[in-house]
Amino acid sequence: MSLNTLLSSIIDGLLIGSVYGIAAMGLTLIWGVMHVINLSHGPVMALGMFGVYLLFTGLGLNPYLALLLVALLGLLLGILIYFIAIQRVIDAPHLSTLLATFSVNMIIIGLGTSIFSTSPRDTGFTLGRIVIGGITIQNTRLVAAVITLLVTGGLYLFLYRTRPGKYVRAVANNRAAAELMGIFSSRVLALSFGIGTMLASIAGGLIATFFSFTILSGSTYELKSFIIGVLGGLGNPLGALLGGVILGLMEGIFPLFMTNTWVPVIEFVFFVLILLIRPSGLLGGKS
Amino acid sequence: MKKWLHPGLWLTLAILLVISIWPILTRDAALRERTFTILLAIVMASSLNIILGYTGYVSFGHVVFYGLGGYMGVYAIDKWGWPLPAGVLLGGLTAGLLAFLLGRAILRLRGAYFALVTIGINEAMRTFVSNFQPFGASTGIELHFSVYKPYGGAAEALWLTYYLVVALSLINILLSYWVRQSKLGLGLMAIREDEDAAEVMGVVAPQYKTLAYVLSAILPGMLGVLFFFKNGTVEPKDAFRLHFSIEAIVMVMLGGQGTVLGPLVGAWGYQRLRGLLLTTNWKIAGLAIKDFQLVIAGILLLLIVLFVPAGLVGWLQQKFSKLRRVLI
Repeated sequence: MSLNTLLSSIIDGLLIGSVYGIAAMGLTLIWGVMHVINLSHGPVMALGMFGVYLLFTGLGLNPYLALLLVALLGLLLGILIYFIAIQRVIDAPHLSTLLATFSVNMIIIGLGTSIFSTSPRDTGFTLGRIVIGGITIQNTRLVAAVITLLVTGGLYLFLYRTRPGKYVRAVANNRAAAELMGIFSSRVLALSFGIGTMLASIAGGLIATFFSFTILSGSTYELKSFIIGVLGGLGNPLGALLGGVILGLMEGIFPLFMTNTWVPVIEFVFFVLILLIRPSGLLGGKS
Repeated sequence: MKKWLHPGLWLTLAILLVISIWPILTRDAALRERTFTILLAIVMASSLNIILGYTGYVSFGHVVFYGLGGYMGVYAIDKWGWPLPAGVLLGGLTAGLLAFLLGRAILRLRGAYFALVTIGINEAMRTFVSNFQPFGASTGIELHFSVYKPYGGAAEALWLTYYLVVALSLINILLSYWVRQSKLGLGLMAIREDEDAAEVMGVVAPQYKTLAYVLSAILPGMLGVLFFFKNGTVEPKDAFRLHFSIEAIVMVMLGGQGTVLGPLVGAWGYQRLRGLLLTTNWKIAGLAIKDFQLVIAGILLLLIVLFVPAGLVGWLQQKFSKLRRVLI
């Protein structure tokens, strides 16, 4: 194996991992604010993929412009899901919120398969590639990684520099105390859930610019988000980005040393072990 | 002895017998196949109920026991020429052993962390078996037609698996009832309500939980062997289908978690509804109903979670206190 192959794999892993990272960031934000594991995260990612695909192939919109629209729709969808499925059971035992979000998963997947079928789609979008000293990088992946950094920065500015962002952190910290300070917690929770699904739809949209997908693809990425979320510590958005990069690197480098199909085995065993040994995540975060 | 006289137990057993006896009386193979899937669902739901309903631990990976048990049993039948009953026992034993080994470690995790780790274990097992050569890796194991010979051919073997699955569901209901009435069950329900308080009151939580987990794992392990023996093949994606686990949770919720009758009613209702939706030919806005049976099931689940979290049996018990004497 040449050094170039290794370097290409590392760079690819970094770029794709950052996209995994923002999907996981959405999951971990929702967990951090309201202690809900969102089992509809994967289908929302799949909707993001289809959103970009349809706007690009149907209306000829630039995928990155389409992504803006998809992000907005993702935000609104999340707020809708919150008010319909979650608000009523937010204080109920975990089983209720898990099943409520799973029922949303079933509804989206059911509608999706009956409308789009499960045949694979591909946007066929390309920005060419750059070659530096024998290392090839797909430009779509490079742009995707830049966008994830912008989104992460935006999320941090929102959480730490704006009033609604401070409300979100206050509610995450202690909902009862936040309510006593006059914060309408249900609006803040709905907004947080919306931001979580927005991140999922952005990640889905970005994945659609370089991978082919089906309506069921979301579940694979949802499982990756779980792994990443646990790796970075559930409730820790920056940890999710780092976790995503670590997972991306694993997926980039491991196939060079072993059969491709063994990689998920290692990932899931790793996931179980982290949960058992350090449930608060390798990189810290709220437990 | 007195505790075995509870009318709720007899009512549950009577319902189960009515469901399972029709195919035997009519010798109708199509009806037998339909009933087989209902009984399959009953065993999955009722065994899951021991850890989910009685103990309050949400397992999303219940299917791992079904899958691994099924694989072990089919492997023994195929490679070592074991008879079916021995394979079934081996499946149950394997699943129980897996639960025992995992139990001590993972039952320390609570709430959503436990749910996540059970998903992880199932996926780890699925991807591992997909690479494991002795189990045929991703193509799985295909049973040779000759394994059905000792049972009088494939047609007779199907009847045999049916009788065995009926027996398994009877055992399951008895087990579920025994757990609920025993000191173990009391301990488990105390853990469900408040684990820390239960420990202070002298419930040895780790041992109780592990025992409940092992008990809930054995029957799905045996069930897997029966299903895949009947099926003739076993593949990783069928054996460790996460969706099947979640369907089992839906059944338990539908009927009523933490009751003996609930999972049975829930499994029956869910499978009937599924069958109905899959075979209906209505159209709404140009889309056939059978294409979005998942949507209807999802809406139904959401309505139950939001408005009737106790499930049908739990709701009846709350609404009509007299029914508590006959429903359990």
